[in-house]
Amino acid sequence: MEPQAILPISVAEIVATAERAKKDGNRLVQIGCTKIDDNFEIIYVYDKDYKLSSYRITVKQADEIPSISGVYFGAFVYENEIHDLYGIHVTGINIDFKGTFYKTTIKHPFSVTIVKEDDPCQNK
Amino acid sequence: MSKQIIVPFGPQHPVLPEPLHLDLVLEDEKVVDVIPTIGYVHRGLEKLVEKREYTEYVFIAERICGICSHIHGQTYVQGIEQIMGLEIPERAQYLRTIWSEYSRMHSHLLWLGLFADSMGFESVFMNSWRLREHILDDLEATTGGRVIQGVCKVGGVRKDISPEKLDEMVKGLRGIEHELQDLTNVFLHDSSIQHRLKGVGVLNKEDAYYYGAVGPTGRGSGLAIDIRETGYAAYGKINFKPVVEHDGDCYARCAVRAKEMFTSIDIIEQCAKKIPDGPVDMKVTGAPDGEFFARAEQPRGEVIHYIKGNGKKNLLRHRVRTPTFTNIPPLVTLLKGCDLADVPVIVLSIDPCIGCAER
Repeated sequence: MEPQAILPISVAEIVATAERAKKDGNRLVQIGCTKIDDNFEIIYVYDKDYKLSSYRITVKQADEIPSISGVYFGAFVYENEIHDLYGIHVTGINIDFKGTFYKTTIKHPFSVTIVKEDDPCQNK
Repeated sequence: MSKQIIVPFGPQHPVLPEPLHLDLVLEDEKVVDVIPTIGYVHRGLEKLVEKREYTEYVFIAERICGICSHIHGQTYVQGIEQIMGLEIPERAQYLRTIWSEYSRMHSHLLWLGLFADSMGFESVFMNSWRLREHILDDLEATTGGRVIQGVCKVGGVRKDISPEKLDEMVKGLRGIEHELQDLTNVFLHDSSIQHRLKGVGVLNKEDAYYYGAVGPTGRGSGLAIDIRETGYAAYGKINFKPVVEHDGDCYARCAVRAKEMFTSIDIIEQCAKKIPDGPVDMKVTGAPDGEFFARAEQPRGEVIHYIKGNGKKNLLRHRVRTPTFTNIPPLVTLLKGCDLADVPVIVLSIDPCIGCAER
């Protein structure tokens, strides 16, 4: 399988990175969020000719991040998802559901990490 | 300018097997804008990685979808195997490929039936699903499951297929090929179906690419993107060409799916000829420490499983980007400008799987 590297970028570089990716002929593959301790890692993934280009930002829940839906129209589904599941505010989304994209009984359900057990694997 | 009205479409609608809601902004009978809404059945399955050990989680990954369950399981274990640097037995790679193509055929036949039903062709619907039974029978005979196969595991597969059974499967598929051709002929050559689909819900190639269309939705618009070409599982050792159509309308998306069934039969036959002898699994110890984007081509298009682990039994994150999720923005685009009466056919033409999208 193809080698993969995820480049760290700052919040200020998100839109410029998206614009450059589009100019270079990449399509937007996905935007996904992962909670690591008190931080949230958001990875933007682009693809051209089956080669992935991935960029990671690390933010706190209170931080605001700019939308790239002005560059890639389809980004609104990922950005609304990140807002609804993690509570991270994304500014300037072209179709902003304002927290109603997912109808969850618990607000921002993925912003809480379930306490993990440190038992060894079954296949130790 | 005519007065605009909003017509709600879904989440309960005769052509929708699952809940998707569209606010259709109309001027007379023309759709001028669309606002999609999902989220009625969000299950939060990804969150269960924090409760289930990574080896057990494959059963949950498979239950993301009831149609492409095998490929979800396969993509998940491929990601784990990549992080752990596992070279699984070649026979297991071929078996995964065979079951993937069976999944594609049963999904496309299911969709062709539903599509026919949406146009009022009940007999074509029943014939599609009758042929699908043959595929499901083979899946059940070789895996034990019609819908959820449960054969993939980290390090290989749980079941083997004997050479005699493989021969029987290929002969069976060749035996129903002429019936599949008859069915395909109805979709591709019947004048009333052509009248219903041609020029309806057009998505041009550039919009398809930049709006994120994948699978038959993208290939129907001329995008030759098929993740099988990256060579995962045994696809790197198989000769095949993605089916691509260029008109970008409902007919083109239908044609891609109809023709892909024959590509699947060819791939299965090649696998049956090339599959080597040997074990189908390997012993796996430890836990994944790292991250990876595993990709595969589902019947509806490219699926991505992002997996991140830290060497403990529970993963830190499993995130699934399903093809339907990324096909929603293109759906918004191709509905704009259509007639209200064409909305059900256009929506079905992307083969929406909300169960996948909501995971």
